[in-house]
Amino acid sequence: MCLAVPGRVLSVHDEAGTVMADVDFGGARKKVCLAYIPDIEVGEYVIVHVGFAIQRLDEASALETLATFERLGILEEEFGDGFELAARQAGVQP
Amino acid sequence: MKYLDEFSDPDLAAKLFDQIHATVTRPWALMEVCGGQTHSIIRHGIDQLLPEGLEMIHGPGCPVCVTPLETIDRALAIARRPEVIFCSFGDMLRVPGSSDDLFTVKSEGGDVRVVYSPLDALQIAVDNLDAEVVFFGIGFETTAPANAMTVLEARRRAIPNFSLLVSHVRVPPAIAAIMESPSCRVQGFLAAGHVCSVMGTGEYPALAARYGVPIVVTGFEPLDILEGIRRTVLQLESGRAEVENAYQRAVPDAGNPTAIAVLRQVFEVTDRAWRGIGMIPESGWRLASAYADLDAELRFAVTGIRTAESPLCRSGEVLQGLIKPHECPAFGKECTPRHPLGATMVSSEGACAAYHAYRRLELVEVS
Amino acid sequence: MSEELDFEGWSCPLPLRNTPTVVMGHGGGGAMSAELVESLFLPAYGGAARAELGDSAVLPRPAGRLAFSTDSYVVKPMFFPGGCIGDLAVNGTVNDLAMSGAQPLYLSTAFVIAEGTAMADLARVATAMGKAAEQAGVQLVTGDTKVVDHGSGDGIYVNTAGIGVVPDGLHIGPDRAWPGDVVIVSGDLGVHGVAVMSRREGLEFDTTIESDTAPLHGLVADVLATGAEVHVLRDPTRGGLAATLNEVAAASQVGIVVRERDLPIPADVRDACGLLGLDPLQVANEGKVVAVVPQDDADGVLDAMRRHPAGRGAQAIGTCVAEHQCTVVLRTGLGATRVLDLPIGEQLPRIC
Repeated sequence: MCLAVPGRVLSVHDEAGTVMADVDFGGARKKVCLAYIPDIEVGEYVIVHVGFAIQRLDEASALETLATFERLGILEEEFGDGFELAARQAGVQP
Repeated sequence: MKYLDEFSDPDLAAKLFDQIHATVTRPWALMEVCGGQTHSIIRHGIDQLLPEGLEMIHGPGCPVCVTPLETIDRALAIARRPEVIFCSFGDMLRVPGSSDDLFTVKSEGGDVRVVYSPLDALQIAVDNLDAEVVFFGIGFETTAPANAMTVLEARRRAIPNFSLLVSHVRVPPAIAAIMESPSCRVQGFLAAGHVCSVMGTGEYPALAARYGVPIVVTGFEPLDILEGIRRTVLQLESGRAEVENAYQRAVPDAGNPTAIAVLRQVFEVTDRAWRGIGMIPESGWRLASAYADLDAELRFAVTGIRTAESPLCRSGEVLQGLIKPHECPAFGKECTPRHPLGATMVSSEGACAAYHAYRRLELVEVS
Repeated sequence: MSEELDFEGWSCPLPLRNTPTVVMGHGGGGAMSAELVESLFLPAYGGAARAELGDSAVLPRPAGRLAFSTDSYVVKPMFFPGGCIGDLAVNGTVNDLAMSGAQPLYLSTAFVIAEGTAMADLARVATAMGKAAEQAGVQLVTGDTKVVDHGSGDGIYVNTAGIGVVPDGLHIGPDRAWPGDVVIVSGDLGVHGVAVMSRREGLEFDTTIESDTAPLHGLVADVLATGAEVHVLRDPTRGGLAATLNEVAAASQVGIVVRERDLPIPADVRDACGLLGLDPLQVANEGKVVAVVPQDDADGVLDAMRRHPAGRGAQAIGTCVAEHQCTVVLRTGLGATRVLDLPIGEQLPRIC
């Protein structure tokens, strides 16, 4: 379930007492209800499902995840033990 | 789309595949809970490229597939009423009831409309005060907040001609039910990423501990799925059974507290019969009694529903991962997307539909 | 033609010179119908219309084989970014003729209009048809108008039928593909369907995407002029590329392999589809051609397409094979394979 896509908040406005946003999805723009992410700012990204922003998208985390993928294999050569590395990444004592 | 397309990068996918191949030393069976994850896996062919012996068992996380047959029949009865405008997500339109489906009702003159958001249905009610507008509120925890807010909006704006037919389902009880099944082969779970965007990760450590299975919160794009698989397999190979979050950009541990509070206000937990699987205690949400006036089930007292599931349909076993779609004798014969016997052949993320649409070739070659 | 009032009897109002909406009398064949033709259709069609108004159009017989096609257009909403039902009605039939390699010549236009439709909307549609016909170089030579009860129809439905001439020696058809042939698409996919969807009630979203509706016989003529042995020409309208490729595979009894990485799907179409949960390969195109040609002719055909305004984005996207007859297989971006199935019915937006 749960087709939800990330979009960038272009503007925030009130509509009949509800907080709504104009959100840009790579060119397609749609109105999204911000009731669940009330403190979002213009320019930030939200995850949108059926016309509602259900979560903020953490851009720094997204970039970090991609960087981790880039470094895969390389890190293993440096550290030698994939299991240890994975455990460390998971925050668990190996 | 930014923060989406990058997670389909084929070169990074190749790296993740390599890592998975290098890690696996024995067979494992993982379950991806969410139907959207199933769809992504089959569509991109991820399972084809995994190591031999690493099996993806497709879970019941397809709300279209598990909506009880009685609820579908109730929806059809309500939709047939001449004064009703019945609004639904597109996914539900071809789900077979005991004798027909919403599409048929529409073709016979029923006013059935596809909407993108439940707020669109509310607007239809505002624009059509002489009609009774009913919204089909199905979905997992991801969709429940949208439906809940719509309930609150309808109440706040005192819209008299709007009601919802609610049938929500919850993931954690489903995981427990799957693990309790004696024929269960699942050794690790990819938890549903967007469900956790709402609910957080807090419901999973108890499950991981009770059943000794790793549970990794996983997204939906190819790299997300591969990373979820990679981390689960690493845990299995090193004998760990913990909750990890591989979808951090969209899932804070606490989820969305605002949404969770609204869900607690608008819904109450209920036992729910999952279509094909059976009763799973406390696995559903229904409208809280304070909102009974917006409950379509009460507003339209539908009686005389006699459900009749196709005797050939084995959706339930598919949904629990006990059989693969092509192991059902009716697959591709009596049951096809054009003439589906059960919901798993209809939903875009139902395993049977996915196998029939995307995998017919290999299945033909194998048999 | 009778000068009496309409034949519909007591239910129709007196005919007025300037009715803001279409009424039953406009379809009755009497004075009101004639007025509609004289004051609305003929001026709207402009240079594309033949001046005579007989019951049938008598035309010079062209040399060569005749191609004949008909299609009805029921698109909702009628007006969408980049065009309207009128553009589709002319270009659609022009293109069906072009897919046999024909030079389109004459079109008929028949309307079924719901009573109460705004006259201004009808005028806009007719004007668009006139312009499209002029651009395509075809004449609108005969037509008909019927009006139905408010409840029986919804706005304007249009049927166009068209005649064209096919040069000798051409044998193009969906059953002519052979293993080894290259599959070429003339440009960006999914554009029209997304443009229409963006205006559909309940799903509206803002976008700069505009329908790609366009006449394609000029592009086809350029392709044929290369001397290539063109086996198949199809325009991937309803059901999108997926439907068209499956039709060809079935008719020719071949398998087709498509490479996902080579598919020209523009980012904005992909994103809009992602928003609604649609598959771009099932979305309609109204200004694109799928051509299946022998491998040796592929480069020449691509060149010719790219030199034409309607074919700038032409791409080779796959090949016909002897294996998995009648099945279309997609090689995914990750390197796996899956079947690209024939779409069932209308694609609906999804939440799952």
